[in-house]
Amino acid sequence: MNITDETIEYVAALAKLELNREEKEKAKKDLGSILEYMDTMNELNTDNIEPMSHVFPVKNVFREDIVTNGPNRDILLSNAPKQKDGCFMVPKTVE
Amino acid sequence: MKSYETVIGLEVHVELATETKIFCGCTTRFGGDTNTHCCPVCTGMPGTLPVLNKKVVEYAMAAGLALNCKINQQCKFDRKNYFYPDLPKAYQVSQLYLPICHNGGIEIEVDGVKKVIGIHEIHMEEDAGKLTHDPWEDCTLVDYNRCGVPLIEIVSEPDMRSAEEVIAYLDKLKLILQYLGVSDCKMQEGSLRADINLSVRETGAKEFGTRTEMKNMNSFKAITRAIEGERKRQIELLEEGKAVVQETRRWDDNKDTSFAMRSKEDAQDYRYFPEPDLVPMEISDEWIDEIRNRQPELRDEKMLRYEKEYDIPAYDAGIITGSKRLADIFEETVAICKKPKEVSNWIMVETMRLLKETEMEPEDIHFTPDNLAKLIALIHDGKINRTVAKEVFESVFKDNTDPEAYVKEHGLMMVNDEGELRSVVEKVLAVNPTSVADYRGGKEKALGFLVGQTMKEMKGKADPGMINKILKELL
Amino acid sequence: MDLTSLSALELGRKIKNKEITVEEAVRAQLEQIKAKDKEYNCYITVMEEDALARGKEVQQLIDKGKIDSPLAGVPMVIKDNICTKGTKTTCGSKILYNFIPPYNATVVEKLLNAGAVVIGKANMDEFAMGSTTETSYFGETKNPHNTEYVPGGSSGGSAAAVAAEEAFYALGSDTGGSIRQPSSFCGVTGIKPTYGTVSRYGLIAYASSLDQIGPMARNVSDCTAVLDIISGYDSKDSTSLEGENYNYTEALVDDVKNMKIGIPKGYLGKGLDEEVRAGILSAANVLREKGAIVEEFELDVVDYAIPAYYVIASAEASSNLSRYDGVKYGYRTEDFEGLQELYKKTRSEGFGNEAKRRMMIGAFVLSSGYYEAYYKKALKVKARIKEGFDKAFEKYDIILGPTAPSTAPKLGESLSDPLKMYLGDIYTVSVNLAGLPAISLPCGTDSKGLPIGLQLIGKHFGEKDIIRAAYSYEQSKG
Repeated sequence: MNITDETIEYVAALAKLELNREEKEKAKKDLGSILEYMDTMNELNTDNIEPMSHVFPVKNVFREDIVTNGPNRDILLSNAPKQKDGCFMVPKTVE
Repeated sequence: MKSYETVIGLEVHVELATETKIFCGCTTRFGGDTNTHCCPVCTGMPGTLPVLNKKVVEYAMAAGLALNCKINQQCKFDRKNYFYPDLPKAYQVSQLYLPICHNGGIEIEVDGVKKVIGIHEIHMEEDAGKLTHDPWEDCTLVDYNRCGVPLIEIVSEPDMRSAEEVIAYLDKLKLILQYLGVSDCKMQEGSLRADINLSVRETGAKEFGTRTEMKNMNSFKAITRAIEGERKRQIELLEEGKAVVQETRRWDDNKDTSFAMRSKEDAQDYRYFPEPDLVPMEISDEWIDEIRNRQPELRDEKMLRYEKEYDIPAYDAGIITGSKRLADIFEETVAICKKPKEVSNWIMVETMRLLKETEMEPEDIHFTPDNLAKLIALIHDGKINRTVAKEVFESVFKDNTDPEAYVKEHGLMMVNDEGELRSVVEKVLAVNPTSVADYRGGKEKALGFLVGQTMKEMKGKADPGMINKILKELL
Repeated sequence: MDLTSLSALELGRKIKNKEITVEEAVRAQLEQIKAKDKEYNCYITVMEEDALARGKEVQQLIDKGKIDSPLAGVPMVIKDNICTKGTKTTCGSKILYNFIPPYNATVVEKLLNAGAVVIGKANMDEFAMGSTTETSYFGETKNPHNTEYVPGGSSGGSAAAVAAEEAFYALGSDTGGSIRQPSSFCGVTGIKPTYGTVSRYGLIAYASSLDQIGPMARNVSDCTAVLDIISGYDSKDSTSLEGENYNYTEALVDDVKNMKIGIPKGYLGKGLDEEVRAGILSAANVLREKGAIVEEFELDVVDYAIPAYYVIASAEASSNLSRYDGVKYGYRTEDFEGLQELYKKTRSEGFGNEAKRRMMIGAFVLSSGYYEAYYKKALKVKARIKEGFDKAFEKYDIILGPTAPSTAPKLGESLSDPLKMYLGDIYTVSVNLAGLPAISLPCGTDSKGLPIGLQLIGKHFGEKDIIRAAYSYEQSKG
């Protein structure tokens, strides 16, 4: 499969990755050959086959509606690269 | 100018009134210090896994049944992938391929005209966190307390044609959900939020026009104005020969206009796929029956019952059942004091007056039925008169005070001692010889003045009937 | 006596019999790590102080009779994608280089309850993506049999640590062969259990529908003892299954009489190294001589396992790895202007090439216009693969074959051509797609002295069948 610059830029944007020129070229080549290989799946007939996400037919796994967790803010924030006032801090999101 | 028709569909997000979040045991309580209602699961810490809250499924089913939907007996969750700081896993667990309910509808009535608004589907999903702007450092602060609170999204068909229909639809929806107990639907707390999809077309046209979406509207007033504003904007564009662009817009209620939201840097390609961490649901006929049998009485039934069982006028029954909170107070008070008409009166007159004066919603009422019942008992037992009762009720309404204690504390108990009352009347007659003469001369009106004077002396704590009786005797 | 070369169960016995104290065992293990790990780099984190303190604690528990587990007091290593409370868990990635989980994975809790002494965290391919442990941000691990060769991956640190006697046993994780293939390359034994047998709670996800934690050790008995401890239903993992009996040790029986063993013809076909083929066939012969019925059969559908696997695994990975964005934990880029740049720079600097590649493939196969052709198609292929195995297990008790098409490649040879590397997973990925249990155990060495791995695949919950066959084979080998 021939992967265009546009496609690479599109998937990189979806994955929130920034590629330099060299990386982009390598990615084009690799994705091209990998996707081409993936296309071999089409040799296998799957007419009337249901797509299977879960191997086991397990259904209805639930928990009861009971509060089990207490406040734990320090622990949740302990790994935060930047925090303020008990919140995670990010660059301004609203214009 | 040509004539245009507005076409509106709504996506209503409703926070469910479960105790815990959809996939973890954190509380869903509103408010609280930032990031204190969350855990590793709802903040998307590495390695954590979701486990579905059964109540969420049951509430979604209850809502679906009440909105006349079909239940998808095979249903599952999908991941909706996008980056935003309010979404800690960078995907929202939602339902795209097999939502829990579909194909429903409810009847609304605007200006006496009835109409069914179709419901396309209802799906379950998790709410996102809250972002606030920090002006000191010009950054955004992220609080995940709301993250993972269960939502249902109710997607209507594009069946509405005016703001009035939208409001009627939302009102009806809100009441149904409140009666079911699946949500408190408090718009100011964000537990009911509507996205408005709106397009216009020339009257009579078959195709829909290009629609825009206005997100997260959270008051009826704003919704009405946003619809009017956006309708006008789109018609103006068309009249100028321009095209409406399909986009998401933000309604600014202060500026009374909508703005195109900056298109996100990437395309809206959510890459939905089945959530591998959750197993599918299989909803049996028995389970559906169980939920159906558990459905509480909804508004329409309740209204009829009030008229029939309590002999309440249709208009009053309509007002009282127009709010689940009022209906609850009504029924609980009646259950204690067994005087439906009296209770209905207190709700219809004094409660409504005070709500209006204080600009409160019925949901905000915080007095308890037992105190209203006590108040009614005090009147019924002749311990206070109606004038005093109004004063007492104001205190009940404001502070949920115990009426008995209030009456005692303020010395408002009616004087039932005829001897004491007689001596006061005698005193009043003695100082008002003119009125006495007038009355005796045939002026009936003078009696009213004398009753008033006596009542004043008694500081309102007397039974006007008894005063009347004594006065007539003495005169 | 060289304490570190004891098997885990032997050490456990000696501790129980008070021949060795836990502290002695821990100290000996730490000495061995100090002596060897500079060369092999099996460990990302060595928990020296914690392990010594824990050793004293476990000794007391044993002395008071509060722990009765055959592995109490035995030092072990955990792959660094399994969360350990208070100890850095990096997934072999820069993006989690400083992440300290505030919770233990369920398997860790289970091990601690059984008196395990966690001595450190094992190196691995970044986010378990790789077959060589060369994609780790913390440097490659070397194969203890020959340091010019890779240990395999992604659980290469775990396998090498067990082989180099730097740990008595290890936990690994297996999404497409990540326990079995490094076990094969390092000459140790590793089990990938039936999907849902071991809780995934606390395992940092690569591909959720395929990931499974399992034991790695120096022999079948040790592996089985670990599996006894870590398996079981967990209400925190919705995909966890309720099994009937988690006592795998009872399957350690030297008897394969009349056991029906199938060898897929394709598993011995083109692409398989001659010496590996010879090793596998001679292992099959050993089992045949012990009374098993061994025959070849067709299982063509597995030819499509690799493409289906990489579609599904990459799709899930692209979603699972999106949460690493520099906001809540882990690496955050230093200089950035605005949110989008924070995301892009953090992720571009924090992830290595292989992780980036799979995230892009995953984004592609799920993107609008390609979902049906790739993702949905792969789920259908997966259904056919499961169907193929179901049919095979109507006839056979277990399936036998190689774990990998060759013995370990040299360091630096694999990463330049990702597709070629993916093709090395040919015998392992179908097992994950079908959710089956499988074991890899050593069956000789090639002319370079590198170990060959024998893979035995069982039906769903058929752990006991493969354990029995593996144990029998191991017994005859002596």
